[in-house]
Amino acid sequence: MLQGIAFYLLAAVVTVSGLLVVTARNPVHSVLWLILSFFSAAGLFVLLGAEFLAMLLVVVYVGAVAVLFLFVVMMLDVDFVKLREGYARYLPLAGIVAVVLLAEMIVISVVVANGGAAADSTGPLAATAEQSNVEAIGRVLYTDYVYIFQAAGIVLLIAMIGAIILTLRHRPGVKRQDINAQVARDAKTAMEIKSVTTGAGVKPEDLI
Amino acid sequence: MNPQTLAILGVFAPLFGAAVAGFFGRRIGNVASQAITTGLLFVSCVCAWMIFGAWTWGDLEPFTVHLAPFIHVGEFQSNWSIRVDALSATMLVVVTSVSSLVHLYSWGYMAEDPDKPRFFAYLSLFTFMMLALVTAADFLQMFFGWEGVGLASYLLIGFWFKKDTASAAAIKAFVVNRVGDFGFLLGMMTVFWMFGTIQFAELFPMIADKAGTGWDFLGHRWSALDLAGVLLFIGAMGKSAQFFLHTWLPDAMEGPTPVSALIHAATMVTAGVYMVCLLSPIYEYAPVASGVIAVIGAITAIFAATVGMMQNDIKRVIAYSTCSQLGYMFFAVGVGAYQAAMFHLFTHAFFKALLFLGAGSVIAGMHHEQDMRKMGGLWKLLPVTYAVMTIGTIAITGLGIPGVGGFAGFYSKDSIIESAYAAATTGHSAFGFFAFLVGITAAGLTAYYSWRLVFMTFHNKPQWKEEEGHEHAHDDHASHAQLETHSEPIADHDDHAHDDHGHHGPLKPHESPAVMLIPLLLLSVGAVAAGLVFAPSFIGHHEEHFWRGAIFVAEANHVLHESHNVPTWVKWSPLILTLIGTFAAYWLYVVKEGAARQMAERGGAVYAFLYNKWYFDELYDAVFVRGTKALGDLFWKVGDVRIIDGGGPNGMAWLSRKFAGGLARFQSGYVYFYAFVMLIGLVGFLAFAITSWGA
Amino acid sequence: MAVSLHHYLAVAAILFTIGVFGIFVNRKNVIIILMSVELILLAVNINFVAFSAYLHDISGQIMAMFVLTVAAAEAAIGLAILVTFFRNRGDIAVDDASVMKG
Repeated sequence: MLQGIAFYLLAAVVTVSGLLVVTARNPVHSVLWLILSFFSAAGLFVLLGAEFLAMLLVVVYVGAVAVLFLFVVMMLDVDFVKLREGYARYLPLAGIVAVVLLAEMIVISVVVANGGAAADSTGPLAATAEQSNVEAIGRVLYTDYVYIFQAAGIVLLIAMIGAIILTLRHRPGVKRQDINAQVARDAKTAMEIKSVTTGAGVKPEDLI
Repeated sequence: MNPQTLAILGVFAPLFGAAVAGFFGRRIGNVASQAITTGLLFVSCVCAWMIFGAWTWGDLEPFTVHLAPFIHVGEFQSNWSIRVDALSATMLVVVTSVSSLVHLYSWGYMAEDPDKPRFFAYLSLFTFMMLALVTAADFLQMFFGWEGVGLASYLLIGFWFKKDTASAAAIKAFVVNRVGDFGFLLGMMTVFWMFGTIQFAELFPMIADKAGTGWDFLGHRWSALDLAGVLLFIGAMGKSAQFFLHTWLPDAMEGPTPVSALIHAATMVTAGVYMVCLLSPIYEYAPVASGVIAVIGAITAIFAATVGMMQNDIKRVIAYSTCSQLGYMFFAVGVGAYQAAMFHLFTHAFFKALLFLGAGSVIAGMHHEQDMRKMGGLWKLLPVTYAVMTIGTIAITGLGIPGVGGFAGFYSKDSIIESAYAAATTGHSAFGFFAFLVGITAAGLTAYYSWRLVFMTFHNKPQWKEEEGHEHAHDDHASHAQLETHSEPIADHDDHAHDDHGHHGPLKPHESPAVMLIPLLLLSVGAVAAGLVFAPSFIGHHEEHFWRGAIFVAEANHVLHESHNVPTWVKWSPLILTLIGTFAAYWLYVVKEGAARQMAERGGAVYAFLYNKWYFDELYDAVFVRGTKALGDLFWKVGDVRIIDGGGPNGMAWLSRKFAGGLARFQSGYVYFYAFVMLIGLVGFLAFAITSWGA
Repeated sequence: MAVSLHHYLAVAAILFTIGVFGIFVNRKNVIIILMSVELILLAVNINFVAFSAYLHDISGQIMAMFVLTVAAAEAAIGLAILVTFFRNRGDIAVDDASVMKG
């Protein structure tokens, strides 16, 4: 019973905030609504007994991705009003396609849910005494799915490299050390300290 | 020498002469070429007369010399052979006599021409082809000869090929002949289809049995024999310049006069008559075909006579006269009097060749002036020519007294007219009476235009001036080069390719040299006597013995026999009409000199209609020439370019480009568009999944 | 009534649709597009986890984890590209970016 209320509440929040994400005028609002929908989804995960994933959702998605979105939105100086042009023009067609898609997907889900193994399911798997959710995940993650685990790591690495490559730029006028140049210097390019008596001056031929 | 050897020698001698003069003419020189060809032709002529003599007054039986196989494919068997019977013996004599005399005549007529070896080679080639045609024992060899004479005619009409009109006339002759040949081929194929053979000896006995068979062709039920007969006659129409396919004959006068005499008077144009008489077994059982022949022949006879009345070129008058006389021969065939037709062919060869060669003598004497309006008063200057032309004219007009005798044409032409009447009274031919009326009317017209020619040329005041003659010839030559309309044959020169006549100075018409006069005299003997001597054999008492089965006459056909028994008024009618025509010509051209000229100058619709040959050339030009060109244009511009090219290569290319262009719009460059397309694809896939899983 | 699998799947479907809708409505605004993509991925995650729970198979959650990982990476890269795009053009209206037009 409680579960039902919780579910409907969370589901409603997810849906509404999702809708508001795409319809908000101010993109900062959109990001905030996105954060809310992530939280609600995390709540749904908890209801399903996947606490670890819920935590991941909050930490990674909200903590990293949504914040990243917020950074970029705040950083860019864009005229967001202009970007809303054509909104109404595309609305009907997108609406129709969306409705059709929704209908199809619901039909399929119903079919699958009724016909497949899920039909005679006994309910969501709750954490059992022997094994918490995290433990269950841990048991398979590093054994059966180790390759994909490592691949995921590599994907993240590449993403990081890619992000750096794309956005790194050197600002002019900033002094930096060029290690290679420093290491490769030779006598001709090196600097020398010459003692000069005060007030005596230096002649050019002395400098060579 | 046995007849077989004579036959082979007679047929092949001209071929040998043609080969020598044709290939080696340049090397052996003009005199040698002429001598060899003419000599061999005379040899051939002697052989022909020997065979003919043995046939007519001796006991020669029909025979066939088998030379070599030609085509043997399944049932279709054709051989090279020489068939000698009454018909071919007659034609052998006609062809070789006229040809040898023409060869001799050409020594004088073509004396100033630089291409003599070529000319004589062509003449001999023509003679050989004609002999191959008449001695053929099956349709295919006959067709070989048929096409061969067409070829020789083309070569000879266009002998002065540098002259545009001559080349055009040669092509016209060949093309119109081709139309006829198409009918001939279809007829030959019909015969083969029906009887399984094209050899005459095998074919003729089979015909009686198949007399009634019908055949479906173009959706209509024909009598098979009638169909074959009509198709074969179409071939004859082309070759013999009958109505509808006559347009080439007047233009063929572009060739030198000896050519006109040989080919377009005596021999090639008679090939059609010969063929139809040879195929008498078919025509006796094909009443529809015979009717067609009779009608066309009669129409041709009267048509050509009306046009010939108005022409001013001396050769054209004689050409139309030939056309008209051929019409006579054909309607004789059409009413069933084959023998009369062959007899007229025989006599006509002599006097028509005589008239043409005589005209050539006049033309040569007048320094290649051909317009009669510029002649006149020549009888004193060209006495021999005048005499022979008069003899020829009397012969063609058929002057003679029924029951007593007359010149050659009298016997043959009257026989035809009487046969027509007899056919009408015995009911043998539905068109007998029509043919009869046409015959006597045309006889009157024949007399009129023949005497008109003589009077205009030889009598009256000279229309030529002594000093002007040469300039005339030159001026007309120059203006003629630009003038190219068929309705104005002014000064239609059979001019040489070169300009030098060798006569500089005042024009004085002169008589021709002996080498030209001797053939004229020999032919005039024929024109006078041929009728009298040979009438009994051809159409008289000895007729059956003479023909000896060469001409097949059905049981019900008594036309020839009855023609001797027609009422007296019928026998006198041609003579009366002839005298009327003669008198009319005399009145208009001698007594009232200049009257005809004024009438011509006044013009008028009838005059224009007749002068322009009933506007046939214009009609054919509009319908066939322009029509074919328009059809060709249609097929080209619409069919080929638009439909085939447009539908095929060009169309495919255009379609590909359009299609590719349409597809290229999918690459809009907008990511949202790509995403949208993917989504649509997804939606579609889901729909498919749902329906196929039967949710 | 008892919450069953259908409900979770329905929620996921709705969220997915909202995400798709968001992409097509906000053509010009890249940030909103990226956020819509995140919504879509969230919907997928909900699907995975729901099935995992009702089928008593933990691999669904593993899958969801990796989806999460890739989504994060993708968001990072996407934003980096956006920043570069903005630096080059001064505007993030991707409507006009049709240089790859065919």
